[in-house]
Amino acid sequence: MARWLRLALLVAAKDLKVEVRSKTALLSSLVFAALVLVVFNFARDATLVSSLVLAPSVLWITVAFAAVIALNRAFNLERENASMNGLLLAPIPRRVIYGGKLLANLAFVGVVELVTLPLFVLFFNVDLWGALGGILAVMALATLGFVAVGTIFSAMVVRTRFAELMLPVLLLPFMVPPLIGAVQATSRLLTDRPLSEIAGWLRLLAVYDIVFVAVCVWTFPFLVEE
Amino acid sequence: MSAEPLVARRIVRHGFWVTTVALLAIGGVYVRALMYTPIEVRQGAAQKIFYIHAPAAWAALMAFALVGIVSLLYLWLKDARLDLFAASSAEVGLAFSAVMLTTGPIWGKPVWGTWWTWDARLTLTLMVFLLFVGYLTLRAALSDRSERARFSAVVGILGLVLVPFIHLSVYLFRTLHPTPILLKPSRPSLPPEMLTTLLFGLGATTLLYVGFVTIRYGMARADEARMGEEGSHA
Repeated sequence: MARWLRLALLVAAKDLKVEVRSKTALLSSLVFAALVLVVFNFARDATLVSSLVLAPSVLWITVAFAAVIALNRAFNLERENASMNGLLLAPIPRRVIYGGKLLANLAFVGVVELVTLPLFVLFFNVDLWGALGGILAVMALATLGFVAVGTIFSAMVVRTRFAELMLPVLLLPFMVPPLIGAVQATSRLLTDRPLSEIAGWLRLLAVYDIVFVAVCVWTFPFLVEE
Repeated sequence: MSAEPLVARRIVRHGFWVTTVALLAIGGVYVRALMYTPIEVRQGAAQKIFYIHAPAAWAALMAFALVGIVSLLYLWLKDARLDLFAASSAEVGLAFSAVMLTTGPIWGKPVWGTWWTWDARLTLTLMVFLLFVGYLTLRAALSDRSERARFSAVVGILGLVLVPFIHLSVYLFRTLHPTPILLKPSRPSLPPEMLTTLLFGLGATTLLYVGFVTIRYGMARADEARMGEEGSHA
């Protein structure tokens, strides 16, 4: 198990190293997230809708869209020079490759979220401080589930011609349960509701994570077999 | 040259006959629903659409479940026919869910006063429709046959796993939809004449599903045979 984790971390480290050197995907995802926030600000009438009412939806829609953009990157990387073949030839189990890709995507989407959060506070004037721990926990729980599914789908869509369009069509339905849970939990956290009110949503997010990580780890080898 | 094109043609012919019988049966359901089934007291004539709406929903969900189950079997057995069946079932399921999603609002407007509401079952069926669309879009975008089969099987399985989560997460919103009347623990609360018409409708729709899927499956087999032949000549 420890060996598997070490190998998965190696795969993830390779991906992140490539990303750190080129920075294209990360920068464009971040700029995209900032732009969505800006556009959202003009899409509401500030005199009619208070920012607190809209805040959880704005935050989560931004995170979801930025994550889709970011996830396109995962296997696009392997398309150039057929480097996927090199990865598959490596003497490591296929599931470990998935694990590595998942870890790299989590790190990637995590960075996008961590940058989006302060921008969101800045633009929407929401006082997050009291609820910060809770919101980070909800973010981690919601992100793990849809990034697990998104990693599988990004491995599929690179084989199609319109990968960038195909990924959202496949992935957005799978984002519905995590988004509902995350929005509900965030709006309760922002209005200082007792923790017991969000316990059910947190459970839902956790079960979603466990089930989908398991199913994705199980199905990934079928995608890359020859 | 093999017997495959002949087999495919025979499958299509069987499907054609089943479909003909099913369409006649659906005509019969409508005659029965309009002439021999009492008008619902509170909803009036609008309720008649129920006899097509509920069976279409049943067929769509059955198609969806079969796509998931057959996808699972495909990953296990790797039989190309299972993949063709899953694709056929998804296409037919998409048609039935389109019927369900169009008849629903037509019924909802006079009875609920709104075309659409984000109630649990409406959302679920809309998501099923969108998952079918995603599944078929992905299939259309992949050219390699083995790859298409494996990828779409994984999507089929993930979709089947997703549906309970959508239901669970949306259920917490208040629901307007009529509560289950048939599969509830106590006795069915539908008057016997309506129940008979509904069951008749469910049977006819299931038959129509079988007919459509058989035709579509036969066509897929014929396509595969032709592609295989072209491949061998190349």
